[in-house]
Amino acid sequence: MLQVVCIKQVADTETRVKVAADGRTLDPAGVTWILNPYDEFALEQALRIREAAGAGEVVVLSLGGAGVQTTIRNALALGADRAVHLKTDTVQPDSLQVARALAAELQTPALQPAQIIWFGKQGVDDDAAQVGPMVAELLGHPCVTVVAAMELQGTQAVVEREVEGGREVVEVTLPAVMAADKGLNEPRYASLKGIMAAKKKPIEEKPVTLGPPALELLSLAPPPPRAPGRIVGQGVAAVPELVRVLREEAKVI
Amino acid sequence: MAILVFIEQRDGKVRAVSREALGEAVRLAGSLGGPVVGVCAAAADPGLAALGEAGASEILLASHEAFGRYEPAGIVQAVVAAVEKVKPAAVLFPASAMGRDLAPRVAARLGVGLAADCTALAVEGGRLIASRPVYAGKALQRVAFTGSPALVSLRPKIFAPAPAHNGGTLVVTPLPVEVDAAAARSRVREVKATSAGKVDLTEAEIIVSGGRGLRGPEHFDIIEALAASLGATVGASRAVVDAGWRSHGDQVGQTGKTVSPKLYVAVAISGAIQHLAGMSSSRCIVAINKDPDAPIFKVADFGVVGDAFEVVPALTEAIQKLNAHA
Repeated sequence: MLQVVCIKQVADTETRVKVAADGRTLDPAGVTWILNPYDEFALEQALRIREAAGAGEVVVLSLGGAGVQTTIRNALALGADRAVHLKTDTVQPDSLQVARALAAELQTPALQPAQIIWFGKQGVDDDAAQVGPMVAELLGHPCVTVVAAMELQGTQAVVEREVEGGREVVEVTLPAVMAADKGLNEPRYASLKGIMAAKKKPIEEKPVTLGPPALELLSLAPPPPRAPGRIVGQGVAAVPELVRVLREEAKVI
Repeated sequence: MAILVFIEQRDGKVRAVSREALGEAVRLAGSLGGPVVGVCAAAADPGLAALGEAGASEILLASHEAFGRYEPAGIVQAVVAAVEKVKPAAVLFPASAMGRDLAPRVAARLGVGLAADCTALAVEGGRLIASRPVYAGKALQRVAFTGSPALVSLRPKIFAPAPAHNGGTLVVTPLPVEVDAAAARSRVREVKATSAGKVDLTEAEIIVSGGRGLRGPEHFDIIEALAASLGATVGASRAVVDAGWRSHGDQVGQTGKTVSPKLYVAVAISGAIQHLAGMSSSRCIVAINKDPDAPIFKVADFGVVGDAFEVVPALTEAIQKLNAHA
């Protein structure tokens, strides 16, 4: 079974966001780039399915500039078989632009047989959580987002999806799109052997021209600063004052 | 031009997030003009007449027994049919589990942009401008739309529901949708309650979160007790979730949930940047930590420097006394 894992390179979660000179995007200076954390769960699940079946192929698909190849290499080191890099110089394309480019690639003869197309539930950079369900819609595939548990049963999957206060248990007929949440599994670390092997695995580089943007990025700015707070006291002795300020000043209890 | 609002219902009840979206739609209608029209997919009318008070002048109701549970393929059709009928300038969704799944599908179907999880909308020069936190709240992005309609989803607990003055004129119109349930390639078989009776973190008014300073999962009993006294939902830091003390559903922060309660109490949480990102839009933040230099105190409105094992039970007792006198 062919599985495709769509991955995104993002700024590390410890990054302090600085705005670039264009006033609209992240200043890339000094940023550590990582594989989007949610994509790790997607990749891990795909690898486990391949390993359990003892056959199949896991292809990584990623869109971005030349720099994303380090992240693609990282996914190959974790165990993906090969990769397709859709190369673009567009900085921060919007979700629909990305979804259309990925969907077009997923319809090529090489990737069209994919039974599961994996995503992370959202990129931890723009937090849009859109590309997975958009790709599903463009391909006419069923889709489950926020996947917290998943079991493959032949050409079907039984998937648990996190919703407010519960989990929806969804039966899906493959081919399907899935967007993984944290907790789906415990992702592995890359082994030395995996890292060495990744150097020889093929990355097919394909330049893409993106369609017109659906969103116009106007600005990126730090969030409005919070009013400075205060220490109401030390230890148990501070409790009466804390209760008073919460009731009388903040009026929240 | 009209503004279309997706009315989310679950178990035959309209969810609070829909009233928030209606409230914002009414406010926007002041500058964009046009009526506020709702679209709802349900097995039976979930009491839509009451939404006249919340600002809707008409609600298109797509009824089908399959809509008793989340049925994305059919609901996408219903929303697209409503868009074709109403020709709105904007479509508002709640950024709930359902809205965040549904809205991108509608956007792809219509070939238009979607600004997800917005915390403010404005109209400037006749254009809708959406503000949305990115990097889990470490920055705020403003976007405009190149096509029409503009699709937005609204973060829960941010937008005020419309005041009840608009009532009396609501019309509920049936919206015919063909759903072939037998041909559906995904189906919700059941819904398992994971936190029966508890409010989800993303919708909670008050959250009490515990961190690594609690030294072990068994010590979360003091967090649970404080939460119970406040009617709060329990959250946790990433360190605690990664250590397996709490489930991932409890995690607040960049790889967990982004929350905006009216009161957030951080207990024994140092305040790593990825945690602060997820909770700094809370209205009031209280930090209890024994390290006076912990970064959490930089975002807290009120801090108590002290041992959580002493301060928290004392606070719980004080709240319980208040409750007893209330």
